[in-house]
Amino acid sequence: MIQEKRITLKNLGKINPESIDDYINEGGYKAFEKAVGLHHIEIIDEMVKSSLRGRGGAGFSAGLKEKFTSEACLRCEQKYLICNADEGEPGTFKDRIIMENDPHLMLEGMLIAAYAIGASKAYVYIRGEYYKSIDRINKAISAAKEKGIIGKNVFGSAFSVDVEIKLGAGSYLCGEELTLLESLEGKRGYPRIKPPFPAEKGLNGKPTLINNVETLATIPAIIYNGPEWYTSLGTEDSPGTKIFTISGDINNPGYFEVEMGVTLRQLIYELGGGIKDGKKFYAAILGGAAGTFVNESVLDTPMGFDTLKEKGAVLGSGAIMVMSEGRSLFDITNSILEFFKHESCGKCVPCRIGMPQLLHIMENLKNNKIGRVEALDLLLYESEFMAKSSLCPLGQSPILPIKSLKQYFENEF
Amino acid sequence: MERSEVLKQFKPDHENMLNILHALQNNNSQNYLSEEDLKIAASYLNTTYSHIYGVATYYTMFSLKPRGKYIIRVCNSPVCNMENSTKVIEEIKKNLSIEVGETTDDMRFTLELSECLGKCEEAPGMMINEDVVGNLDNVDFKSIFDNYN
Repeated sequence: MIQEKRITLKNLGKINPESIDDYINEGGYKAFEKAVGLHHIEIIDEMVKSSLRGRGGAGFSAGLKEKFTSEACLRCEQKYLICNADEGEPGTFKDRIIMENDPHLMLEGMLIAAYAIGASKAYVYIRGEYYKSIDRINKAISAAKEKGIIGKNVFGSAFSVDVEIKLGAGSYLCGEELTLLESLEGKRGYPRIKPPFPAEKGLNGKPTLINNVETLATIPAIIYNGPEWYTSLGTEDSPGTKIFTISGDINNPGYFEVEMGVTLRQLIYELGGGIKDGKKFYAAILGGAAGTFVNESVLDTPMGFDTLKEKGAVLGSGAIMVMSEGRSLFDITNSILEFFKHESCGKCVPCRIGMPQLLHIMENLKNNKIGRVEALDLLLYESEFMAKSSLCPLGQSPILPIKSLKQYFENEF
Repeated sequence: MERSEVLKQFKPDHENMLNILHALQNNNSQNYLSEEDLKIAASYLNTTYSHIYGVATYYTMFSLKPRGKYIIRVCNSPVCNMENSTKVIEEIKKNLSIEVGETTDDMRFTLELSECLGKCEEAPGMMINEDVVGNLDNVDFKSIFDNYN
């Protein structure tokens, strides 16, 4: 029986999330204190050695991202650290669980990252609908300021930092880091062309590091215990732990933090309590709407960024939507495409026109105007075109579920 | 609260744009951004009315028309959709006698749809102002709504 291994959720249920003293009593802010006693390059080295990969979905090396932002300029007047708390990928609620239950852990991760890159200003960009998380983080920031953990010359060092919370207002797209920057600059959430990457020119044109909540919440443990400890967990290509959020036709839907390398079968049958109503497993969507369908042939594949990629699947945000036999792949695909259509910002023509076009194909299939094989090929053609010609990950997303449908469910769609 | 009092809590930086619009909307007794709200935000942030209007109309949490005291946001994302959110929406519509995007005559409730609210473990779910309500299959909506006066 697989066990949970909690790093980012270690304090969950053990401390009062609104008490900084509780957090400190559990060893909180010790990693930050240790960090400011080290040279910032040492922190970045540790982070690179830990091989931590971004938990927002893209899986880029968190250490390298820090390194690039740190090296972007030697004497910048301003650098920024941004915590991306704009969680909105369907099926994903890991960041909410961290923020509601252990806001100081995320904050400590932010402070360490800010120190590593030399940012004196840090922002939490959070979903406007996450009222409880907003409240918890606001309280955490105030308490940390009162204790002098956020402020001038923290722990007697030369490092000074300020943290502020900025609200999103209901846009999935703003979770994409370049669009997030536009939003934070007080504009409509339209994506930017990259390069330049935020490490070079981010918020207000200044070097900016943007990390996901779960990524940041992992940093304190890495700095405190060392990168060797971290790489001893998980798999070689994806070390450490990951929070998976499981929903759909499952007996115990919820969140589970486990070492990478766990299999989908273990997650569904051991931690998730198996499929609802004693039914058989039919399909799962990994990574959210911008994710991939898989069938039972992937049940025993170790969950990791690269192992899933080899199977044509993605780990993404760690969302797992489970479907039992009898579920309609058409319905869920239609729902995913409706979601994308609603969230398309309209800046890139291929995405703006392509999303309704994909739904039009679905409608034709529903009305038997075209056959299944033809419909899937048309969807694939259209979404490939969109992926190649849209600026941001939104227009590049429909190809993921559609391609995986073709791979795993060509005869059942 | 006077609008100027609301604005005073924020530095006039564009980085505070969305925070300011949220605060003005929350301060508006009809839960929306009036023309006056947008104008005062534009002048406070030293930008044009059209800029603010463009921002306010982009984000789904902002409304440019009056809304009810309580905003019901029903999640209609793939997970909730799989768990019958369509039925939930129909039942709420029937219960309140309004369509999506409309407000009840007594200005108590406005019904909106929302993307994933991150309550997937208790799908289908919705929010009523700041409260999250999950497991909406087979609930009595009338008794839920009666708690909001």
